[in-house]
Amino acid sequence: MRITRSKRVIIPLAGAAALALALTACTGDAPASSGGTAAAGCEDYSTYGTFTGSPTVNIYGTIVDVEADQLNQSWADFEKCTGITIKYEGSQEFETQINVRAQGGNPPDLAIFPQPGLLDSMIAGGYIKTPAKSVEDNVDANWSPDWKTYGTVDGTFYAAPLMASVKGYIWYSPAFFKDKGYTIPTTLDELTSLTAKIAADGTVKPWCAGFASGEASGWPGTDWVEDTVLRQSGSQVYDDWTTGAVKFTDPKITSAFDYVGNLLKNPAYVNAGFGDVTSVNSTTFQDAGLPILQDQCAMMHQASFYEAQWPEGTTVAPDGDVYGFLMPPAKAGGEQAVTGGGEMVGAFKTSDEITAVQTYLSSALWANNRVSIGGVISANKGLDPNNAKSPLAVDSIKILQDPNTTFRFDASDLMPAAVGSNSFWKGIVNWINGDDTQTVTTFIQSTWPQ
Amino acid sequence: MSSVAPVELPIPGGVAGRAPSLEEEYTEATTKVGRVKRNLTSKWATVAALLIALLWTIPTFGLFLSSFRPAVLIKTTGWWTIFSNPGLTLDNYRDVLFSSSVTAPQLGQYFVNSVAISIPATIFPLVLASMAAYAFAWMNWKGRDVVFVLVFALQIVPLQMALIPLLSFFSRGITIGNALIIPPTPSGTYAQLWFAHTAFALPLAIFLLYNFISQVPGEVIEAARVDGASHGQIFLRIIIPLAMPALASFAIFQFLWVWNDLLVALVFSGGSPDVAPLTQRLAELTGSRGQDWQRLTAAAFVSIIVPLIVFFSLQRYFVRGLLAGSTKG
Amino acid sequence: MTTADLLGKLEQVVIALAAFAAVIGLLLFIIDRAPKKRKDFFQLIGFVTPAFLLLIIGLVYPAIRTAIQSLYDAKGNFIGLDNFVWAFTQPDSLVSLRNTVIWVILTPIASTAIGLAYAVFIDKSRGEKYFKALVFMPMAISFVGASIIWKFVYEYRPTSANQIGILNQLVVWLGGEPVQWLQSVPANTVFLVIVMVWIQTGFAMVVLSAAIKGVPTEIVEAAQLDGTNAFQRFLHVTLPGIQGSLVVVVTTISIATLKVFDIVRTMTAGNFDTSVLANEMYTQAFRAGEPGRGSALALILFVLVLPIVIYNVRVLRKQREIR
Repeated sequence: MRITRSKRVIIPLAGAAALALALTACTGDAPASSGGTAAAGCEDYSTYGTFTGSPTVNIYGTIVDVEADQLNQSWADFEKCTGITIKYEGSQEFETQINVRAQGGNPPDLAIFPQPGLLDSMIAGGYIKTPAKSVEDNVDANWSPDWKTYGTVDGTFYAAPLMASVKGYIWYSPAFFKDKGYTIPTTLDELTSLTAKIAADGTVKPWCAGFASGEASGWPGTDWVEDTVLRQSGSQVYDDWTTGAVKFTDPKITSAFDYVGNLLKNPAYVNAGFGDVTSVNSTTFQDAGLPILQDQCAMMHQASFYEAQWPEGTTVAPDGDVYGFLMPPAKAGGEQAVTGGGEMVGAFKTSDEITAVQTYLSSALWANNRVSIGGVISANKGLDPNNAKSPLAVDSIKILQDPNTTFRFDASDLMPAAVGSNSFWKGIVNWINGDDTQTVTTFIQSTWPQ
Repeated sequence: MSSVAPVELPIPGGVAGRAPSLEEEYTEATTKVGRVKRNLTSKWATVAALLIALLWTIPTFGLFLSSFRPAVLIKTTGWWTIFSNPGLTLDNYRDVLFSSSVTAPQLGQYFVNSVAISIPATIFPLVLASMAAYAFAWMNWKGRDVVFVLVFALQIVPLQMALIPLLSFFSRGITIGNALIIPPTPSGTYAQLWFAHTAFALPLAIFLLYNFISQVPGEVIEAARVDGASHGQIFLRIIIPLAMPALASFAIFQFLWVWNDLLVALVFSGGSPDVAPLTQRLAELTGSRGQDWQRLTAAAFVSIIVPLIVFFSLQRYFVRGLLAGSTKG
Repeated sequence: MTTADLLGKLEQVVIALAAFAAVIGLLLFIIDRAPKKRKDFFQLIGFVTPAFLLLIIGLVYPAIRTAIQSLYDAKGNFIGLDNFVWAFTQPDSLVSLRNTVIWVILTPIASTAIGLAYAVFIDKSRGEKYFKALVFMPMAISFVGASIIWKFVYEYRPTSANQIGILNQLVVWLGGEPVQWLQSVPANTVFLVIVMVWIQTGFAMVVLSAAIKGVPTEIVEAAQLDGTNAFQRFLHVTLPGIQGSLVVVVTTISIATLKVFDIVRTMTAGNFDTSVLANEMYTQAFRAGEPGRGSALALILFVLVLPIVIYNVRVLRKQREIR
């Protein structure tokens, strides 16, 4: 702690010194960037302008702790060069609190929405302001049209994407696979047969799974089903499913449930170190993959962000301790289809400084700044994959930027909240606990708002 | 040390209403206690008491012990195996107390906020509720029973349902037509939190304090009225001193509730760490999803310390207690 | 945080307390000098206005708003009583209704009984103060904190691994198989109720202990001279003596139980048939985006309190008559 503390003393001192230099070097409202050491590197930020009177922009989001620090770090230069202070507040109660604050008339300036569904309901409530043209231009230039639609309602553009994640990775131990002579499956059927083979060999359980996540328990299971639907039935069915045109009780959806059920509801296939099938519900998703390191189970399905969950010292690489392969397509050589998630930035107020921040956050500059700090990826096309800190992140960025990839947003995030953030989760939990597919899909469908 | 004082409430001499000092009670009590002592308690009662105490303590104790164990051990072995799986660490407390985050404020600031929120949010409802309770108990007015029942029933209004309207009141004020009757309350100060906690606490506070205040012997009040004392004087000179134990007891409960509150804090701290309490920070640190056992364990004990100190330092008031007067009068 | 910040915060608190004291003091001063004619009226107004103002803004208005909202759907269309129909036909909300009833019966009875027994057992015993503190301690822990503590108690590990939850360890020591306590319907609701009992017993114990000490010693002694045994004295002297406190304790705990949702939310998130109305209300209103349904559930909760209110009113009447 001592180190941190002394740093904190030094930084303001240095800042004061720089300021003093700047003040003596130039007068009036000339930006501090015109003199002193602080000026270095500010050329990139000239488009955002400089602001006097140090205006503040409040941002509210779900990101907390270390990741919040990294976020703050990603705009530190921007703050220095433009004179805008960004005050970020993260809360894990964001999803409910943003409703309360918006309706109560005390919203933040900007909010980072973790799912389009929530953003849509805010837009429907008339709380979100349309951003300036500079933001839309950035999105047109840097993101695929798909991504733009997640922030667009009825043809009006409201919110720019921020970060992203690729779902549908299956984590495994490359060394263990090599050792046992297992190969990475290229079709869904091969995945099934690989599972059977691992189970037959009898040394380890093929699968680890953990769906517990507090009140959001069940969501890792919805990802499983969504990935399967997209691969089995294609993007059109997937899209119709998210809008309600294809029902949960439709054979195309129930067959996805059954496929996943074959893997996860078979006591011979799960759940190494945690117990029987029901332990999938009591194991947190954070813990679920860890037995892979002890060679207790072979595979675990989770998004790219699971990389952060591996204990310190774990090498995540194609030849390391663990790595992930994408859930395979239904047919060999089929289209590369992935699901994923991401954040959207919506504005509750308008002002020049808010526009400047919004524009910056949608720029390739920010994406590169943030990604090079590590831990996250973005679908921003201006992002240089080599800025990413790990092989998996590089891979994921390439997948997102590949024009041949069919990208679909996490379906539960697009469905109405009553389903996507409630009954779908609940249904999955009941399903793991023993209910059959028929019962569960009927239940979920019955909660779809009329 | 044996405790104390089966003092009957409360007929201290005369209208002036002087409560007996604790020493007096104590000496008076010990003699009586000597005689009655242990007659009620048998061997089995002692065993049962010990058993309950044990059952009530073990869960907390397990967590307490775990808070000094490394994360890996917490997740793989039971805390009762601490001797066969030794390993103690202060890392969990370091993580919680000294934020690794450079930008987030240190815990100390949140601690100060918690204190700054809790103290006024305990005193305000206490005073307002005791005044209202007095009015219900000792003032004759039409419809007081009906109103009392209404206030009582307000206890069940779910906090969650009250958050949005109250926040709206704070951020927009009250306007009739275009005239601003009550201006918006500035956010980023404690004012909103104090107001919210006070309003939410009132129904229960009025109910509990009414139960005490209404037990004060009517003769005392009547005598004072005959002597020409106003309600204000009776309230200040008779009721408050007599009700001190009840007030202190309620103060402890209210303090605990405010100290442990997260919901109200989340909404009314106005999105600023400048006024956010400890609970908010701990929730961020530990994850509301409960995955980080090791931090949770330490965080729980950091937040429990102050309430325990408050309890121990005010415990003597429980001797007379919240409802000591509720023998039939 | 700098010293200046700290002083600023201190200043806020001190100013607020001073302002509050000044306002109340002034109020009492003014009503004391109110015109003779309507003095009682002015005094009444002075005593109740501050509390009532806060109640109206903070609770009455939201309650009315909730009642109105319960008649509308998520899109803001008036739908009459449909939300209530939904609440009484959906299997999910019926389960939470049933669970709520279980909670509100078990919790007050168990915590009051245990709290009372404990208070009697330790009364006037050596170290009473410390005994009290042990059982009171859970009161000082937030609901979420308590849930975490108990999640740790109920934690499950398969037979092959070390248990880390004490309850399953006990089962294993006794030769049984570890159980997924929180997932075994219907017992899991009881396991959640235990957490609430654990918290509320401290409240019951502290209040009842004080009440027991309020029972006049002379009466106890007189009964003793009559040759009654301890249990008879408890039944015929102590119990009637603390009747008032018992009612208050049961009432307070019942209402707290009806409102509690953090325990369910933290421990099972309402899964495995453990949801209660308060949790379902929160879920519907804030997560599922159905404030109308949430409001309807809130009103149903309100109705559940009515019996408790009516009983208290009757007790109140009786007290009045005695006086």
